[in-house]
Amino acid sequence: MSNFTIRKRTADTVDVLELVGELDAHTASHLEDSLKSLIELERYNIVVNCTELAYISSAGLGVFMAYIEDVRSLQGDIKLTNMSPKVYNVFDLLGFPTLYDIVDTEEEAIVMFTS
Amino acid sequence: MPSPKQHTIIVCASTERISDVREFVAKHATNFGFSDEDVHDIRLAVDEAYTNVVKHAYHYDNSKKVEVTVKTFRNEFLVSISDEGTAFDFASYKEPNIEERIMLRKRGGVGVYLIRKLMDRVEYRTSGRQNEILMSKKR
Repeated sequence: MSNFTIRKRTADTVDVLELVGELDAHTASHLEDSLKSLIELERYNIVVNCTELAYISSAGLGVFMAYIEDVRSLQGDIKLTNMSPKVYNVFDLLGFPTLYDIVDTEEEAIVMFTS
Repeated sequence: MPSPKQHTIIVCASTERISDVREFVAKHATNFGFSDEDVHDIRLAVDEAYTNVVKHAYHYDNSKKVEVTVKTFRNEFLVSISDEGTAFDFASYKEPNIEERIMLRKRGGVGVYLIRKLMDRVEYRTSGRQNEILMSKKR
């Protein structure tokens, strides 16, 4: 049984992925499939809302590591929002906050894409 | 002199069992009196170590078994994860350059780095066919 799901929404030119549950080596392929399908559809402005992301391991971080440069080279980005302190801490341990846009709210991330 | 308390779970080497392994260790870490933050750190370190066994020691062969043992002694919480697969060569381990890995679109390769950040002590042991990672954290 999977303890991870993704809800997808489109807000104008931005696609929002809401991660729900636990993202680890077992569930990371689900996120990878979602990012790949957005890239195939030429949707490169991606917001990942982590409000309901209870847990992330390096396998989950690895999916962002694998795709963020591809998306950036196509003039898009993957921006992460609404992280709990525990989830943020994992990104922080690896120094990701200086490499990725991690912001408090989805609205802020959308404004960064549209302004 | 108090004697160590010990609990063991044996699971097949599959990513399907990661959450069971995490919950097993988290339950005992909570009972030992760790804060929520420390329990999260231990849970993540164990996840990374178990995932490495599934991937690198057993190459996703789920017919193989992994033994996870939790021991507590005085104020120390120890987790041992053992396998009989390909041994991890810690001597040739180099700390990853995260920015470079992102530029090269390389995923992962940061599990051991995280384990060492999250736990107080990490040791790799090989004895005959058995490999073991032993991690500990003090309360």
